Amino acid sequence: MKILVCISHVPDTTSKINFVENDTQFDTQGVQYIINPNDEFGLTRAMWFKEKSGASVDVISVGTAETEATLRKALAIGADNAIRVNATARDAQQVAKEIDAVMQENSYDLVIAGRESIDYNGGMVPGMIAALTGMNYLNNCIGLEIEGNQATAIREMDGGKETITSPLPLVIGAQKGLVEESDLRIPNMRGIMMARKKPLTVVEPTQEGQQVQTVSFEKPAPKGAVKLVDPENIDELISLLHNEAKVI
Amino acid sequence: MDFKLSEEHKAVQQAAREFAKTRLLEGVIERDSKMIHPSEQVAEMGALGFMGIMTSEKYGGSGMDALSYVLALEEISKIDASAAVIMSAHNSLALWAIEAYGSDTQKETYLTPLAQGKNIGCFCLSEPEAGSDASMQRTTAEDKGDFYLLNGVKNWITNGGKADYQLVIAQTDPDKKHRGINAFIVEKNWEGVTVGPKEDKLGIRSSDTHSINYTDVKVPKQNRIGADGFGFKLAMQILEGGRIGIAAQALGIAAGAYELSANYSTIRSSFGKPIADHQAIAFKLAEMAMDIEAARMLVYRAAYLKDSGEPYGYASAMAKLKASDVAMKHTVEAVQIHGGNGYVKEYHVERLMRDAKITQIYEGTSEIHKIIIARNIRRGELALPI
Amino acid sequence: MSVLVYAESENGQLKKIALELASFGKAIADQLNTNLVAVTINCDNNDLLGTYGVNEVLATSYQGDFNAQQYAAILSEAAKSKEAQTIAVSSSADSRFLAPLVAVALDAGYVTNVVGAPISSNPFQVKRSVFTNKAFSVSEITTQAKMVGLSKNAFGVHENPTTATITNFSPAGVTSDMKVTTLDKATDTVTIADAEIVVSGGRGLKGPENWHLIEDLANTLGAATACSKPVSDMGWRPHSEHVGQTGKPVASNLYIAIGVSGAIQHLAGINSSKVKVVINNDPEAPFFKAADYGVVGDAFEVVPKMIEKLKSFQAENA
Repeated sequence: MKILVCISHVPDTTSKINFVENDTQFDTQGVQYIINPNDEFGLTRAMWFKEKSGASVDVISVGTAETEATLRKALAIGADNAIRVNATARDAQQVAKEIDAVMQENSYDLVIAGRESIDYNGGMVPGMIAALTGMNYLNNCIGLEIEGNQATAIREMDGGKETITSPLPLVIGAQKGLVEESDLRIPNMRGIMMARKKPLTVVEPTQEGQQVQTVSFEKPAPKGAVKLVDPENIDELISLLHNEAKVI
Repeated sequence: MDFKLSEEHKAVQQAAREFAKTRLLEGVIERDSKMIHPSEQVAEMGALGFMGIMTSEKYGGSGMDALSYVLALEEISKIDASAAVIMSAHNSLALWAIEAYGSDTQKETYLTPLAQGKNIGCFCLSEPEAGSDASMQRTTAEDKGDFYLLNGVKNWITNGGKADYQLVIAQTDPDKKHRGINAFIVEKNWEGVTVGPKEDKLGIRSSDTHSINYTDVKVPKQNRIGADGFGFKLAMQILEGGRIGIAAQALGIAAGAYELSANYSTIRSSFGKPIADHQAIAFKLAEMAMDIEAARMLVYRAAYLKDSGEPYGYASAMAKLKASDVAMKHTVEAVQIHGGNGYVKEYHVERLMRDAKITQIYEGTSEIHKIIIARNIRRGELALPI
Repeated sequence: MSVLVYAESENGQLKKIALELASFGKAIADQLNTNLVAVTINCDNNDLLGTYGVNEVLATSYQGDFNAQQYAAILSEAAKSKEAQTIAVSSSADSRFLAPLVAVALDAGYVTNVVGAPISSNPFQVKRSVFTNKAFSVSEITTQAKMVGLSKNAFGVHENPTTATITNFSPAGVTSDMKVTTLDKATDTVTIADAEIVVSGGRGLKGPENWHLIEDLANTLGAATACSKPVSDMGWRPHSEHVGQTGKPVASNLYIAIGVSGAIQHLAGINSSKVKVVINNDPEAPFFKAADYGVVGDAFEVVPKMIEKLKSFQAENA
């Protein structure tokens, strides 16, 4: 089985979000980049398939040279090959089309991408890859088993979950639950050394268009100070929620 | 001159940071207060390759350089200085000596399981009446022809209770003074080896410190490291490298306290603004940042010299002296910045303050390091900026 | 040229998010000076959409379980038949599932997490949340066909009464070899996604045995229950309740956090909630900086009192 894991290079979850250039660019100063957490849940499940059934795992990212450190981490965790499409990610459909172009050259049985990235939160790339390649697709995936050519996956819905069967090839949108946080792997020292020697192929982009562009960014308006209510006076809290906030 | 870490070095640093945050942080307060050894975490450090980080891959190690070692120790020490000293004593004392001077058989038998983290090692040099002065060994290893007969007591041995293999320094020929000293690999299970009770310490409390008694322990000849009489020289070399580990630990303790303080002072407000905006606190943070950066440069450079195959004895002495002083000074400041919160365990800084103190004492006290640096000056070795 | 919305229903009844989406669609249709078409699937109360400004309902009957490929095909066909160039969907799990398929089929630029009516219709610019609610961006869709995903509770439900024409719509379906084998949907509890009020518990509750406090308060308020990351990590509560950056986002009207310290990742996940209340015995907990109302006190004393007071409040206002 050949697995492709799509990796987005995103600011660490604890990063302070600021903008520069007249609020048109994200301020990368002092920001630590990580593998998008939803992608990492998917990568970890892919490692499990690699160890259990000898699947090969490739990772791909659409991004400039800075994203290579993130791809190297995926290699250190155990991916076999990395592919970087040498383009700035502009919008979801461009990213999906670049990945589709790479997939024309290499076929995969399973494509895993995070449900959404934690920076732009689009939540579109896995579905768009499926639509472009004509593969089956399932999002919010919290469980995945594969027997031969048949996948059994669990999808989280609003207020429940469903089990879905699908033949391969399949694209899934990964999220927490596919593996647990405690299953996430820290690359070991040997993995870091080996990652240096594993292939990281840079391919040139094929897409030119752009469908969505960011005009500007803004930060939420600072909120007023919290109104503190005495624990002995819960009536006041209820009155505030009813009369002032009008939420009960 | 290039001050940038390579991608691999950054990856090691990030892996260690992730390990410390996800595996060591939880329970660190309880392990400290109840003196619980982080055995599970140490096993994981073995699996990640931290327990043989500089040992060559041939013997199951990770084959990384001293700078990687320093970066990993710094990150681990920020969260759990006890785990760091377990790693440091194991790597730079026990493993390094066996790899550098051990026989092939010794490497196969002992180094491989140690480097894979399956077994723990310790270094037994200090004695109740001989701390920093390694030439005054009262432990004896009498040459009995087929074996050595080992007798004596070793004190304050890091990893003493958990170590399966001990690197023991003992006097074979008192007439030859320090030239009569030898180093041996001793197995914990041999007859006559008795591990004393765990020490109840001020800091690094979840690390495992014991005295070890040797009573008529028969040590096979092939367990001596190097030629007869090489023990003192070996011990000195071990300490030279070991200092880099302790310097990195001290640096990590200081940096951990600094990170906690910088964060706390933006969250905690007094007189209507975050305390970081009060000059009294802002200046403390500025001095902390500067001193830690200075210590970091010394520590990284000592590792760099070692990796380049250049003499690093004076550099590791300076790094250890500076980093441990910075750790002590600024962990005290960190408690001060935290105020009442700093005095309780929940905020971590009081533990770092207690942990810092040992870095001025073990593997050569601050005073000994001044002597070492001064000797280098007298020999003219520090005449030129390097 | 119409504006098209996908109005979701459950058990034949339109969901509240469908009414919000219709209201939102109406605002766009007004901006573009065109009519509003809604697509429904297995819906029995299509007439109701007229109240919210829908001019025409394309009512589809569909056999079987939800299938994103087939639903996406219905929507794409509807958009094509109505020559709709602006398509709006909600942020429900189902809509987020099928929308990327529609976007590719229509070659539409698609923006999710939109927080209000378009800022301008030409160029077509919308405001959306990014960085997991830590910021907003103004995004411009430059394609002819445009898709927007509306964040829950971002626009509100607004009446614009008109009479909706109901047309039966039976597009040629697509086949799918994906099959639902089991469906496990809670029917009696309020879900985090649908809830107006969410009551969330953190490590301060000390153990799963104390969760009755959270549940009792939630029941009193008709709220969904949620939890912080450490709580789900420790297995006190299921992952489906974990709220935050790597968990579920919450966009409720009222969010009550009990014994939750308010790590930055948690706060990011609840930022879209309108009113936030924190109950915590640590006045230094970062949550107090993010909350509108706060009680510094022991949850084990405050929560029972709150339940009691709420019950008498509800009795008085019944």
